[in-house]
Amino acid sequence: MQSTRRLWLSQCVGIAALADIAAAQQHAHDAVRLSTPPPFQTLDLATAAEIDAIASQIMPSTDGPGAHEAGVVYFIDRALSTFDADLRENYRTGMAMVQQKRTEMFPGSASIAALANDQQIQLMHAIEATEFFDLLRTHTLYGFLGNPSYGGNRERVGWKLIGFEDRMAYQPPFGYYDAQENK
Amino acid sequence: MSGATFRPSELVDFLVIGAGAAGGVMAKELSTAGFRVVVLEQGPYLTEKDYKHDEIRYTYQPGLTNDPKVQPITYRKNDSEQAKPLKVIEYGRQVGGGSVHFTANYWRFHESDFEERSQFGEVPGADLADWPIKYADLEPYYTKAEYDLGISGLAGANPFEAPRSKPYPLPPMPVKSSGVLFDRGAKKLGLHPYPAPMAILSQPYQGRAACVHCGFCEYFGCEMRAKSSTLVSVIPIAEKTGRCETRPNSYVRKIEIDAHGRATGAIYFDANRREIFQRAKAVVLCANGAETARLLLLSKSKRFPQGLANSSGLVGTHLMWDSGGLAMGLFEHPLNEHKGIQVTRVLHDYYRADPKRGFYGGAGIDARFNYYPANFALTGLPPDAPKWGAEYKKMLSQYFTHTMSVLAHTSSLPQLGNSVSLDPELKDAWGLPAMRVTFDFHSDDVATMQWALTKQVEILEAAGAKKTWTAGITLKDMLPSVHLMGTCRMGNDPKQSVVDRNNRAHDVPNLVIADGSSFVTAARQQPTATIQALAYRAADYAIQAAKRGELG
Repeated sequence: MQSTRRLWLSQCVGIAALADIAAAQQHAHDAVRLSTPPPFQTLDLATAAEIDAIASQIMPSTDGPGAHEAGVVYFIDRALSTFDADLRENYRTGMAMVQQKRTEMFPGSASIAALANDQQIQLMHAIEATEFFDLLRTHTLYGFLGNPSYGGNRERVGWKLIGFEDRMAYQPPFGYYDAQENK
Repeated sequence: MSGATFRPSELVDFLVIGAGAAGGVMAKELSTAGFRVVVLEQGPYLTEKDYKHDEIRYTYQPGLTNDPKVQPITYRKNDSEQAKPLKVIEYGRQVGGGSVHFTANYWRFHESDFEERSQFGEVPGADLADWPIKYADLEPYYTKAEYDLGISGLAGANPFEAPRSKPYPLPPMPVKSSGVLFDRGAKKLGLHPYPAPMAILSQPYQGRAACVHCGFCEYFGCEMRAKSSTLVSVIPIAEKTGRCETRPNSYVRKIEIDAHGRATGAIYFDANRREIFQRAKAVVLCANGAETARLLLLSKSKRFPQGLANSSGLVGTHLMWDSGGLAMGLFEHPLNEHKGIQVTRVLHDYYRADPKRGFYGGAGIDARFNYYPANFALTGLPPDAPKWGAEYKKMLSQYFTHTMSVLAHTSSLPQLGNSVSLDPELKDAWGLPAMRVTFDFHSDDVATMQWALTKQVEILEAAGAKKTWTAGITLKDMLPSVHLMGTCRMGNDPKQSVVDRNNRAHDVPNLVIADGSSFVTAARQQPTATIQALAYRAADYAIQAAKRGELG
């Protein structure tokens, strides 16, 4: 199949295009080698950076990996591209609300991500009672603690934090008290 | 997925609607008795290979339950309100139904549950009534269910238990730390905790392997086939007879009747939304305590203008709720409650209603942990804990492994105004009227939950909890309801009930209705054992009636 496809390619595109493909292949190769994060399907890069900043306040990187290291924003992008595609509009209006709040509170600031940590915390307090914050929090926590196959909880950092192991089988004793009882 | 294949034009003996806790039992009983059976199930036919340890799929998305995006439900508190979309009701939607994803608690009702009206008296604002059958009528069928399905437990350990003719077929599951602490606290208070009866195999049984304690029971399908769902226990037996066809992705929209008012079969949408009519001599409706009522209301005809089998006007009424408050406790040492099944200890000391309390109600109480990582992070911390930030993160890292719950399962009074009906405006993805739920707690239901919560906290404190807290007991805190009971109540008087004492519709002689809808009272929740015992009993009577030629 591979050779057929190559043949088809060389018949359809010119020499210059072939050079471009070679360059793209090299780029793809580098991307894998450098373990560049996968591209976003739904979010634009600027919005992704802003969501990452908010998620990182919900689950900060204090004393170990947080939402950023877990790749929560990639989970959110996956959710909005698949099972939560109907929530894209909530994100659009929700993020607009947060940005408006930011410019009110911090005139002249460039972005949420560019705010100082204590400013970000002030902004969080200003929006924490909103429905959009509930949605962001829910997505952040599922991204941080859900199955890693959805793009979040990288290296199982969320599970490691709370002491959850995902094993198919355990044998009793499970905890301190049942161990004590069965001594 | 073997079994027979019937053409829709073939006149089968029984058409079972719903392949859940009750429908699976019906399929097995009727087919092994020699009848030809088609089982229509609106959900897919999944197996253990389809299930995963995936919280995003099963606690965030409706991986095994009704999806409000295609089957919206509306809710209102009373009939003066406009109902709005809200998933207030949840049920298992696949072959095996709710028996696939339930926690697997398997309590028998008490003798008193069948005669509370006589024993307790009238409750203003409610329709508390005796059942037309007694515990003794159901006892042989509880035993049959326990042995057919595979239930683990310890007979005689609960001093309040009703008499049983046989012990459990399997010993109880190993106790978890939550169970040990519950035992300690309860015994200090002079109470009588006992090993939880569970529809989970503690030892290999009938060709199935024992539980390996992975912890993913509630909300999840069991990848080991150790949870005793109808999918892995009785449905395979039904299919092996060669007389039973399970037809998934078949969503019934109407039960048809002939000029004599007898059921002739049902019209359903197949996976491609084609309408198909399956003929049958008799219809057995096991679509759950909410959808059964909805389907009867959808099945209007000249003869039954307010819905099939609804001459009483009671179809859909007396919906009862999955009630009970939640108490939580934090302990010094790790419990690691995510390992192992959710519940290992129960107590029934507060079960019976006592007029001295000043309100009707009682509670069965269990020790449990039904959290997974993400839903614990969302709702598992005390209400005064921060919801985000460094301190929140720190608390999560300490609480997940050190926390347990004590949950009450409380009475829910049958009230005429609490109902399942058809939404006059909203339609589902098939164009059928959406389910509309009207519900509000009786003041005694609330009083019972409040009273039980004090007992739950007391147990946690006696067990040595460093900190305790409780969740709210408003309806919002108890969504969705997963114990669907009471919308086609059983009784001797056709004016006061929908089905007779043997689960036959008063109005339609060849229509059997057997699921949670027949419940006259809600007991103390955990309805699955009783749903299945009723199904076994109803099957027995249906078989006898069919042999007498009464059904077709």
